Amino acid sequence: MADKVKLAYYLSGGCGGCDMAIIDLSENLVDLLPRLDVVFWAPTVADVKYRDLEGLPDKSIDVGLFSGMIRLSEQEHMAAIMRRKCRTLIAYGACAALGGIPGMGNMHSKEEIFQTAYFDTLSTDNPDGVIPQTRCLVDGKYELTLPEFYRYVRPLQDVAEVDYFVGGCPPHHSFVARVIPDILGGSFPAPGSWITSDKAVCALCDRNPAVKGEEMKLIKTIKRTTDGPPEEGKCLLQQGYLCLGAVTQGDCGALCPKVNIPCRGCGGPVPGVKDFGLRAISAVASLLENEELVDRIPSPVKLFYRYSLPASMLGRKIK
Amino acid sequence: MSDWKPNIVVFACNWCTYQGADLAGILRCDYPSTISIIRVPCTGCVEPEFIVAALKNGADGVFVGGCHPGDCHYQEGNNKAAARFKLLKTVLTEMGFEPDRVRMEWISGSEGKRFAETMTEFNESIERIGPNPIGRYINGG
Ligand code: SF4
Ligand code: SF4
Ligand code: SF4
Repeated sequence: MADKVKLAYYLSGGCGGCDMAIIDLSENLVDLLPRLDVVFWAPTVADVKYRDLEGLPDKSIDVGLFSGMIRLSEQEHMAAIMRRKCRTLIAYGACAALGGIPGMGNMHSKEEIFQTAYFDTLSTDNPDGVIPQTRCLVDGKYELTLPEFYRYVRPLQDVAEVDYFVGGCPPHHSFVARVIPDILGGSFPAPGSWITSDKAVCALCDRNPAVKGEEMKLIKTIKRTTDGPPEEGKCLLQQGYLCLGAVTQGDCGALCPKVNIPCRGCGGPVPGVKDFGLRAISAVASLLENEELVDRIPSPVKLFYRYSLPASMLGRKIK
Repeated sequence: MSDWKPNIVVFACNWCTYQGADLAGILRCDYPSTISIIRVPCTGCVEPEFIVAALKNGADGVFVGGCHPGDCHYQEGNNKAAARFKLLKTVLTEMGFEPDRVRMEWISGSEGKRFAETMTEFNESIERIGPNPIGRYINGG
């Protein structure tokens, strides 16, 4: 490849962790930089303004990485701009691809969220009861604006056409190190698919009974991580910790079960699964020894849809 | 809403509840025309996605009918279905659906009369609960 690859990166409704996963490439990043022309990376890396991106010719950027979900009108606007300017647009990380952790906000109304954020939290000091307004006039003459806070969180594909999805919260830097060179080299899978190593977390997990020639047994109890550490070397799900590794893409290398933490699905659904939470429900429930155990699963929606509620079939709580 | 009639989707196992529905017909037992039956090989293959797809597309009630415990043609299908269904119901309730909008029951091939009675009763209970709230949701509610 002769020319440098033009890259744009936009942090939408995310935490910046996905940006960090790129910075975590460390030496690899140093090797990559000569091949890159970062035309836009806001707000974390480059000193550029939205209008700089808006001013570029359409489709003049090779690859756009979009991290974070859509909750504000500003983010929806920027998603449209990124789509227009980038030839390939990637929903990068769990928030962009599925709605992510902030997507759990879809179990609450905007009013409930404002009530907690602007009134109820201990650190809030708001004697005048101010909540965000999209317009406000200061001194009778200066009009200030804020983006609109939408009623729901949406994943990127709900507002712009997405070419590829990358899972992970954040994507693991070793995986990023493997996929970024491919992306820069222009080697992509079929449009609309996930960029993934195509293996479930279970398939890469040392605790997997199948790997050891053991049989999967029915689960007799439900445990939480606060109930004490699990037995070494034994499948977490078999011990009653609700590990979702069976339905999750293992591009992290089965990171969580290695350190006694059940997989919560940040890697995104394994290929062929449309609704992560429903498939996880199906997988876990099929292993329960009796129906009564269902009552012992705390807050099931936020367990099974921890990273994917906005991208699910229902998407949000129905009122 | 006076002319509203429920739209009810029934997933019926081929080996029992579907036969029960057949028998209800042979016995000329009445049950409401609001019921649409989908024949499935076993309740064990009724994925949560099927039930949610029905609700998402506007079904007011979803009923899953399978073989009595111990009678599953594939041995374990109905047991797995029962645990899945219960977990799904908890999730649907948390998501804002009325718990009684979905129901699972065991109806055998010899229980034609019971099939008709159960459908009549489920239809009445959906009439009491009212239309699927998804309509309000689609309109931005
Ligand atoms: S996917 Fe995770 S790391 Fe990335 S922006 Fe969202 S919350 Fe942060
Ligand atoms: S369920 Fe969890 S602990 Fe068990 S094999 Fe899969 S990833 Fe490993
Ligand atoms: S094990 Fe699961 S939750 Fe943990 S990093 Fe991997 S995909 Fe994410």
